[in-house]
Amino acid sequence: MYTVADLKKGLKLTMDGDPYVVTAFDFTKPGKGQALYKCKLKNMISGVILDRTYRSGETFEPAQLEERQMEYLYKEGNHYTFMDQQTYEQVIMEEDAMGDAPNFLLENTKVDVLLFGEKAIGVTLPNFVNLKVTATEQWAKGDTSGNDSKPATVETGYTLRVPPFIEEGELITIDTRNGEYSTRVKG
Amino acid sequence: MRKNALLWQRARVIKAIRDFFWERGFLEVETPLLIPANAPEEHIDPVGVHSRYLHTSPELCMKRLLCRGYGSIFQICHCWRDGERGGLHLPEFTMLEWYRSDCDYQQLMSDCRDLLQYLVSVCLPDSPVFRHKAYTIDPYAPWVTKTVEDAFRGHAHTDVWDCLEKGLYEEILTERVEPALAGYGAPVILRDYPEQLAALSRTMPDNPMLAERFELYLGGVELANGFSELNDPVEQRKRFEQANFQRRAGGLSPLPLPEPFLKELADMPPASGIALGVDRLVMLMTGSDSINDVVAFVPEEL
Repeated sequence: MYTVADLKKGLKLTMDGDPYVVTAFDFTKPGKGQALYKCKLKNMISGVILDRTYRSGETFEPAQLEERQMEYLYKEGNHYTFMDQQTYEQVIMEEDAMGDAPNFLLENTKVDVLLFGEKAIGVTLPNFVNLKVTATEQWAKGDTSGNDSKPATVETGYTLRVPPFIEEGELITIDTRNGEYSTRVKG
Repeated sequence: MRKNALLWQRARVIKAIRDFFWERGFLEVETPLLIPANAPEEHIDPVGVHSRYLHTSPELCMKRLLCRGYGSIFQICHCWRDGERGGLHLPEFTMLEWYRSDCDYQQLMSDCRDLLQYLVSVCLPDSPVFRHKAYTIDPYAPWVTKTVEDAFRGHAHTDVWDCLEKGLYEEILTERVEPALAGYGAPVILRDYPEQLAALSRTMPDNPMLAERFELYLGGVELANGFSELNDPVEQRKRFEQANFQRRAGGLSPLPLPEPFLKELADMPPASGIALGVDRLVMLMTGSDSINDVVAFVPEEL
């Protein structure tokens, strides 16, 4: 059980059955008055942000969160299935909880799945993934137009800007944190 | 501003405070920091050390000096209040307190005006104003004075007595009233607090529902709290006991009563006193957003 003294940015707690993370926190106390603990709380499933003011004596249920390494197996409809390779236990995550992960996710990729109780509510990808370019325009040798990038589509269907020398069929490394091209994987 | 420049400005402000009070004939005093009992308050938790307490304010010892005939005294010292930590709060902070015999809280209001004008003229000669977030506060502009009742009615369209009864006083004050006070461009005095919020202040001779207490706000930041001192030991004991009753009701442990203070209080002349947060003052004089910026160390670094 947490008390108001535990409140700080990043604290995760359960309210009305959902996990919340404290995204902003301030302590205020008017002269001689009662202390107020003002929080912004983000619902870790829906993303909805709430403003809440607490007073001394209030308590909070910690959010039981666990991060486990799992392998991405397949997608069916709006559901993504992952498997814990130690226990062979499978969990299903809804598309809403995936964020932009599908842009970078191939079958059999190992990821960290965030579990709230039994429910999968988020996924953390490796910082860098290698994906094959499936479509991009040919770079005209001697092009002096000054363009230093061009669009390319990778095998997940994701489109990004890459340097002009990248060709179809090449493997490139993408930074999953910002979705940008990082380097070419030399074959 | 870099930390180095901030700490230099802090030192200049503290020196200027000393000069201000020395020039006006106040005696600078140092009273013990470790004491057997503070004034019990419902919402202030002292830090306990080996069955004693660090003081939450130097008020009790300074008032005992008034009882012993010292007329005009000031002190700059550290105070401790457990659990108070935020953008405007440190659990160990620096307080300026000054006391005067034979006057009421009106005198303290004019002291505040003189002090703030003196400080900007000495420490900020090129731009003699206080700053907080987007607000500029000119201590030479006409000061705004409002009763607490008027401030609640005017800025929150509600009745302060009603708020107190429903337990909404702090919320309405911090969410509606204080932000509105930020916009005046001049220091604001909130005065005449409901007697429930009197603490150690005297109620008005012609209206026992109101206390002769005021708070000074700059840019919506509460900077100082002053009042005409209560010098009735019977009434003071009742208020301490009431504070302890409220603490118990709120699940907090009651605090010991400062008996030597209560004993000496009968000898106190009419007097008034005020406490001003020095860290916040330095924030306002350097345009700093957080109290962290104006101290050499924050508790999390220790």
